[in-house]
Amino acid sequence: MSKKIDPDYPDQEQMENLVSYALQQARKHGASDAEAGMSFGAGLNVTVRLAEVETLEYNRDRSLGVSVYLGQKKGSASTSDWSEKAIQETVNAACAIAKHSGEDPFTGLADAQFMATELADLDLCYPWELSAEQGIDLARQCEDTARAHSGISNSEGASVSTHTGISVYANTHGFLGGYPATRHSISCSVIAGDESGMQRDYWYTVARDAHDLEQAESVGNMAAKRTLGRLNARKLKTAQVPVILRAEVASSLFRHFVSAISGGNLYRNSSFLLDHLGKKIFPDFIQIHERPHLKKGLGSTTYDNEGVATQNRTLVSDGILQSYVLSSYSARKLDMQTTGNAGGVHNMQVKPTGPDFDALLAEMNNGLLVTELMGQGINIVTGDYSRGAAGYWVENGEIQYPVEEITIAGNLRDMFHQIVQVADDVDMRGNIHTGSVLLENMTLAGD
Amino acid sequence: MTDFLDIARQTILAPAGMVDEDLNKILDNTLGNAIDSADVYFQVQRHESWIMEDGIVKEGSYNIDQGVGVRAISDEKTGFAYSDEIMLPALMQASKAARAIACNGQQGKLQAWKATVGHDLYMATDPLEALSSEVKLQLLQDVDAEARRLDPRIKQVIVSLSGTHEVILVANSDGSLGADVRPLVRMNVSVIAEDKGRREQGGAGGGGRFAYDYFINEQRGLDFARKAVRQALLNLEAIEAPAGTMNVVLGPGWPGVLLHEAVGHGLEGDFNRKGSSAFSGRIGEKVASDQCTVVDDGTLSERRGSLNIDDEGTPTEQTVLIENGILKGYMQDRLNAKLMGVASTGNGRRESFSHLPMPRMTNTYMLAGKYDPEEIIASVGNGLYAVNFAGGQVDITSGKFVFSASEAYMIENGKVTHPVKGATLIGNGPEVMTRVSMVGNDLQLDDGVGTCGKEGQSVPVGVGQPSMRIDGITVGGTGV
Repeated sequence: MSKKIDPDYPDQEQMENLVSYALQQARKHGASDAEAGMSFGAGLNVTVRLAEVETLEYNRDRSLGVSVYLGQKKGSASTSDWSEKAIQETVNAACAIAKHSGEDPFTGLADAQFMATELADLDLCYPWELSAEQGIDLARQCEDTARAHSGISNSEGASVSTHTGISVYANTHGFLGGYPATRHSISCSVIAGDESGMQRDYWYTVARDAHDLEQAESVGNMAAKRTLGRLNARKLKTAQVPVILRAEVASSLFRHFVSAISGGNLYRNSSFLLDHLGKKIFPDFIQIHERPHLKKGLGSTTYDNEGVATQNRTLVSDGILQSYVLSSYSARKLDMQTTGNAGGVHNMQVKPTGPDFDALLAEMNNGLLVTELMGQGINIVTGDYSRGAAGYWVENGEIQYPVEEITIAGNLRDMFHQIVQVADDVDMRGNIHTGSVLLENMTLAGD
Repeated sequence: MTDFLDIARQTILAPAGMVDEDLNKILDNTLGNAIDSADVYFQVQRHESWIMEDGIVKEGSYNIDQGVGVRAISDEKTGFAYSDEIMLPALMQASKAARAIACNGQQGKLQAWKATVGHDLYMATDPLEALSSEVKLQLLQDVDAEARRLDPRIKQVIVSLSGTHEVILVANSDGSLGADVRPLVRMNVSVIAEDKGRREQGGAGGGGRFAYDYFINEQRGLDFARKAVRQALLNLEAIEAPAGTMNVVLGPGWPGVLLHEAVGHGLEGDFNRKGSSAFSGRIGEKVASDQCTVVDDGTLSERRGSLNIDDEGTPTEQTVLIENGILKGYMQDRLNAKLMGVASTGNGRRESFSHLPMPRMTNTYMLAGKYDPEEIIASVGNGLYAVNFAGGQVDITSGKFVFSASEAYMIENGKVTHPVKGATLIGNGPEVMTRVSMVGNDLQLDDGVGTCGKEGQSVPVGVGQPSMRIDGITVGGTGV
């Protein structure tokens, strides 16, 4: 499949020729192996604030990265210049670095037998013929809708963006792959209150195909409702409480899980889930899968960053850890095989356990509903977890009032075991798909 | 004084066969359509990094990034386009795209070129070339060996060394033409200690706008290894951090990340022009205790956050943000300064040619007070003493901010006792500064490790402060 999406863009075949040229150059310089990746992206981003255009940005980016192997020594270099001369210089720079690197018995391309051979079309490319005027109109509709809500006093604006990219990867096993992909989004952030106490919140929608985006008005309505809901927030007393992480923040919990089972952290002895393969780390009812080939999926791909075929995979079955997340390098360090995850997971899905969101609130009865998490207080080595939070206090399964300036803390090891339910309100906007998660107990710090 | 303009002409314009007159053509082309002002920003950057792990230099990389961004401004509207090809046709195309923003407004007029005189805060030589690869790798090896030598419980050591050499040239339609040559180096050490089945991490690092020999001189690189090891071993002994609101003493230096989050972001001009900051419209009001004087200073020699000129060509300044507790001023770039009717404070920064400039911090710190640090700790009966932090985040509208301690101790009966696990502290920016009850006489700037993110753009920054006591802030531990 080779597409030329816009007469102004480079075509995929031309990019494939250039990565092949980079590999040839690497061989010429004595590289025993080499790999090269190229990407091109172009797009438009418009922001409207208080009904006036604020910014109109045209994006256009190119990059070429090369890694060369001189036996067990590796070097990398990159450039945004695609001329043959620049490619030669980049290969030279990578070779010069490789000469100075140390011998690493574990380095190298992924094994040839794992290269993807079937590069199915995953329906990732839907260019959006969006003119600046149309983008402005759409952003204006979105922001107007938000500002029409009584109580919305100010705005940080609404943005519409469209992006089309082509990426190509090749290595000296003979693997050569590439595909175009698009990504479009509408977002809105508005402010309520006055100088005695303001709140802001936002909402966004993102999709490969503009037809799959939420309506601009709906994004504006969500942004306004979320902002208004935060007004007059209170602080809470320090206590142990049950906690619901609303779907849009619950994905972060599973991102920490991915980080803890990632090869890089495992071989560096830097994870609290070291040696946990085959062990129970979640309750029985938790199932987590990876689905790299979802049509139109935001995390979909047929091959990983090393050309390795991606495949459906079970990460957690009945609460038991079934697979790590490995690249060829970390796999060799751990004496295992790559899982096709160089570059991360591709559409990871946490299976809902039954209830809808209201039923989840009812099940919690009294506790904290978290809609925002702040800061980086996560230690993957120990699992220690402490983050700023905002959300709502819930009593008798009903939302009572907004809360802020509190923290929630615990240890991820315990938090994973203490998952009570995963609701069916799955947030599909990222690479990790989960619904809201009810946790049995965390330490809430406040007054 | 180094002739930065001359270096920029040689590095950026000459290879593209361009001269100053071509800048006129680009800006003329941009201004041609009812645009008030325009600027064009050229950047050529070379970056290298080396990583040592398991005692071997595993990976090195070398990148060249270059390009040019064209911005057209019409009142509050900004049009922006960029190209990674520094050549006239691509630039003319970008300028045409950028000017599409204007539909009405005054037509700007291009002024004659006048070179901006900036500071001369750091050397213009290329840090990447200043040492041979062999010497750089020896440095990594020595630091790695030092960490492993110090304690048998150290099981994992990662040492990284990176350097950037950047040349920028910025031409504005008001006739200002400025250039800067910016070196930036950084070293980082992270270690894992293991004892009786327990594993903990420690880390240290630093850098600034100088050459790599900084890390060799005075054993600074080896010191990072020692600090990282000490922190990891301390963490092996750490007990649960407390939960709840308590008196907290912050150590000097990097804990100044408090200022960056609690007040810094909220005092950036864009948020205040838009009225979206918890500090909006509060100039002249008391927002901190009398003891607090906070400045943003881009003019410190060789500091990570320092710049001779900002990314809009304005020389950096020392801007007083808070003086004896009174809010004095905001940090401004050109656009927001103009719209607010004030002058730019030299805080217009951008991650690269492909990003729009906005008001950003440089080096933000609090001036020294009168108390001896020991006296401050002794004054707190029971509380928390936090000396190192991982990072922070702020919601500038509600004023709520967090910052996460990575090294902290309990204070019991006025004495520092056992280490506690990392915990996030949360507070309200405009309120927390009013509770700063003691400021130490031990002002320190950080070691040169800060990177600030705003709207997806990262820029290097510095922070600093003396020891200080805060009467009541929420500590997010697990011990109730």
